[in-house]
Amino acid sequence: MEMAPIQDSRAAERTTILEMRGISQIFPGVKALDGVNISLHPGEVTALIGENGAGKSTLVKILTGIYLPSDGEIFIDGKPVSFASAQDAVDAGVTAIHQETVLFDELSVAENIFLGHAPRTRFGLIDWKTMNARAAELLHVLESEIDPTIRLKDLSIAQRHLVAIARALSVEARIVIMDEPTAALSRKEIDDLFRIVEGLKRQGKAILFISHKFDEVYEIAENFVVFRDGRAVGSGRLAETPQDTIVRMMVGRDVSNIFPKVEVAIGETVLSVENYCHPTEYRDISFELKRGEILGVYGLVGAGRSEICQALFGVTLPSSGRLVLEGQTVSIRSPRDAIAAGIVYVPEERGRHGLALPMSIFQNMSLPSLARTSRSGFLKAANELALARKYAERLDLRAAALSVPVGTLSGGNQQKVVIGKWLATLPKVIILDEPTKGIDIGSKAAVHGFISELAAEGLSIIMVSSELPEILGVSDRVLVMREGLSAGIFERSQLSAETLVRAATGNA
Amino acid sequence: MKKLLKHRELLLVGIIAIMVAGFATRAPGFATPGNLANIFNDTSILIILALGQMTVILTKSIDLSVAANLAFTGMAVAMMDAAYPGMPLALLVILAVGIGAVLGAINGTLVWWLRIPPIVVTLGTLTIYRGMAFVLSGGAWVNSHQMTPDFLNFPRLPVLGMPLLSWMAIGIVLLMWVVLTRTQFGRATYASGGNPTAAVYAGIDTGRTKFLAFTLSGALAGLAGYLWVSRYAVAYVDVAAGFELDTVAACVIGGISIAGGIGSVAGAVLGALFLGVIKNALPVIGISPFAQMAISGIVIVAAVVFNARAERRAGRIILRDRGAKEVSA
Repeated sequence: MEMAPIQDSRAAERTTILEMRGISQIFPGVKALDGVNISLHPGEVTALIGENGAGKSTLVKILTGIYLPSDGEIFIDGKPVSFASAQDAVDAGVTAIHQETVLFDELSVAENIFLGHAPRTRFGLIDWKTMNARAAELLHVLESEIDPTIRLKDLSIAQRHLVAIARALSVEARIVIMDEPTAALSRKEIDDLFRIVEGLKRQGKAILFISHKFDEVYEIAENFVVFRDGRAVGSGRLAETPQDTIVRMMVGRDVSNIFPKVEVAIGETVLSVENYCHPTEYRDISFELKRGEILGVYGLVGAGRSEICQALFGVTLPSSGRLVLEGQTVSIRSPRDAIAAGIVYVPEERGRHGLALPMSIFQNMSLPSLARTSRSGFLKAANELALARKYAERLDLRAAALSVPVGTLSGGNQQKVVIGKWLATLPKVIILDEPTKGIDIGSKAAVHGFISELAAEGLSIIMVSSELPEILGVSDRVLVMREGLSAGIFERSQLSAETLVRAATGNA
Repeated sequence: MKKLLKHRELLLVGIIAIMVAGFATRAPGFATPGNLANIFNDTSILIILALGQMTVILTKSIDLSVAANLAFTGMAVAMMDAAYPGMPLALLVILAVGIGAVLGAINGTLVWWLRIPPIVVTLGTLTIYRGMAFVLSGGAWVNSHQMTPDFLNFPRLPVLGMPLLSWMAIGIVLLMWVVLTRTQFGRATYASGGNPTAAVYAGIDTGRTKFLAFTLSGALAGLAGYLWVSRYAVAYVDVAAGFELDTVAACVIGGISIAGGIGSVAGAVLGALFLGVIKNALPVIGISPFAQMAISGIVIVAAVVFNARAERRAGRIILRDRGAKEVSA
C-alpha cells in the first residue's frame, strides 16, 4: 500500500490508445475496483497481475462493456467513451479472448468466427463465399491453415483456441484483451500463441495480457500493472522491475495483523488423506489434520483445491488414495457418506450449491440432518424447528420467522443459514471453500472469529482460500497447491506471503 | 398483489367460487350441492393424476406418459376381469397399482440411470405404453357387458352420500399431503427441484428421488387406469388420449412451478378442480366443445403467465446475490 508506483521514464514519449482514469466498480457491499488507472500503448503488451479476486476480471468486464463502471472515465485516442453494451466496446475497437472460450461445436470454423457479424449479400442473406474467404485470411494471419468450412468439433483444443483468437480479431480491433489465455495450453501451444501475440504487436495493437504466471509475463509483456484488493498498487516497465518487487506488490505487507489468530490447543490427528489422485484434477495429495487445527489450502484458481475438497466430501471420487478418519479407514462415495462420517463441506457458491431458495430457513437447515430429526422416514417438524432455532441463535441469524423462504434473506443471512445447516450435522471436520468470498471486510472479521471459535470447540477445519491475508491470518498450517500437485505444506512459523505466492506460482 | 401471490391457494378458491356463482346465474341448478359433488366426482381421476404429476414436476421433471400408463393399465385389468371373472376386485386394484408403478419405475430408471431428460423419456414411453395397450388388446374394446358387476360398481358405491370414487380421491389427497409434507422423501422432492446441487451436497440422492417420484406417479396412474375404465365402463386403446396435458395444466394452474421445487398439494387439487368446473360448466351454458378447448387453453396460458411473473419476483434476489459474487470472480 505504501508502495509507490514505479515511474515510467518513457511514458511521455509513447502514444496511448486507451486510458482508464479513476475507474471504480461498486457492487452491493463490496468495492470491486477502487480508482484504477491504466493506459495501453500501441504495439505493447501490458500484463495485468494480481491474486484471485483482485479485480482483474471486473476490469475486463468494464472494458468489454459488460459492466458500466460506477465511477471514472475511459478515453480512446484521448476522446472520452462510454460502453453501454458489449457492442459499444466492439465498435470502439476493444476485443477480448477469454480463458474459457465460448464457441459452438456444431457450427463451422467460419461461422464461429463471424457469428453475429457475418458478411451479408445484397438480399440480407449470409454471404458464405466472402465469409469463408475472410475466415481463411484471418487464420492465415495466425499462421494456421485450418479449413474454415469444417465443423469446430473436429478441431483440437489448441486449434479451437486459434479460432477464438481469429474471432476476436475478426472485428476491427485495436485493443486486444487476453484473459489468462495460456491456462489450458501446453508449452508448445503457448509458444505458438506468443508468436501470434508478437504478430499483433507488430500490427500496432495494444494488448492487455492477464496471467498468473511470471515467466510468461516476463517473456511477452513490456509493461505491468499490479492489482490488489481492487486497487492498482503498482505499474511500470517489466525490464526495470525485478520479480521480487512484483510479488511484494501482489501480496502487500502488513497483512497478518488484520486477522488476529486465536491460539487453540491442537489435539491428536483426526483426518489423514493419503495419496489422493484424480486422472485430471490432482495427484498425490497427502496431508493430516488435527483436532482444533485450521489447515489453510492456498493456490491459484484451477490448482485443484476445490476438487480435492469435493473428493473428501464424496461429490467426486478420487481414482486412488486412502482416507483415515480417527484411525479408521473410511470410504466416502457420496456426500451422504461424508455427512454420516462427520465431514462436511461449505461450498463456495452459496446460491448455487448451498441453498434451495424457495424452501424455508428451517427446511434448509435441517436438510442434511433429516436422518437425525426424523423418525422412520417421517419428518418431525418440532425437531427441525428446534435444530434451526439453536443454530439461528448461535449465528445471530436475523429473520422474521424460521418459516420464511431463504430467498427473501440478505446475502449475509443466507451465508449464516448455510453455515448453520452444516454445523447442525455435528461434524468432526468442516471444509470451508472461500468462506469470505464476496463479503465486506467487516463481516470477514466476524467469519474469521467464528472459524477460530469452531476450532476452539475441537472441530478440525480445512479452509480453502485465495486471499493471502486470510490464509496467513487464520491457518495453523498451509497446504499450497499448484497445477494439481502439492507444492508444500508450511507450518505457521514458516508462513510468509512471499513463500506462499512463490510456491503457488512456481517461482522457487 | 404480493399478499395475494402468497396465498395463491386462497386466490384459486376465490376464483373457483366466483366462476361457480357466475355459471349459476346462467344455469340455475349449477351451484347445488348435488351438482358440485358431481363435479368433484368427475374431477377425481384428474386430481389423482395431477398429484402424481405434481410430485414429478417438483423434482424438476415431467411425466408425459401418465395417460398412456392409465390406458395400458386400464386395458390390462379390464381384460383380466373379462377373462377371469372370479378374480377378486381387491387383487385387480392391487395389480393396477402395481402395473402402473412398474411402468412408472421404467420411466424413473431411464431418467436415473441413463440420465435421459424426463421429457424425452416420457414422450417415448407415452407412445410405447399406448402401443403396448394396442398389442395387448389387438385393438379390440372391452365393453361393459364383459366386465363383472363388482368391477363396474365399486367406484360408484355410495358412502356417506358420495360415491367411493370421490372418497378415494380425498384419501389420495390426504396421503399425498402426508407424503410431501411429512416424509423425508417429500422433503427430498422439494429440495431436488428447488436446488439440485444443494440437494446433492446435503446428501440427497436426487436421481433416486426422481425415480421414486416417477414410480409414485406411475402407481397413481395405474390406480386411475382401473377407476377410469370402471367409471366409463369401457376400455380401448385411446382411453384418456391427451389427458397427460390436463394433469400438467392442473399443476400449472395450481401454482406448481415447472422449474421444480415450488407447489402444494392444495394447489394441484384446486388446479384440477378449476379445470373440472370449466369442463362441466361450459356445456351447461351452451358453449360448443371446440370453444371449450380454446377456453381451457387460454386459462392455462394465463396461469403460466401469472406463474412466470410470480417466479420472476423470487428470482431477483438470486441476481443480486450473483452481482455480489461476480466481484471476486
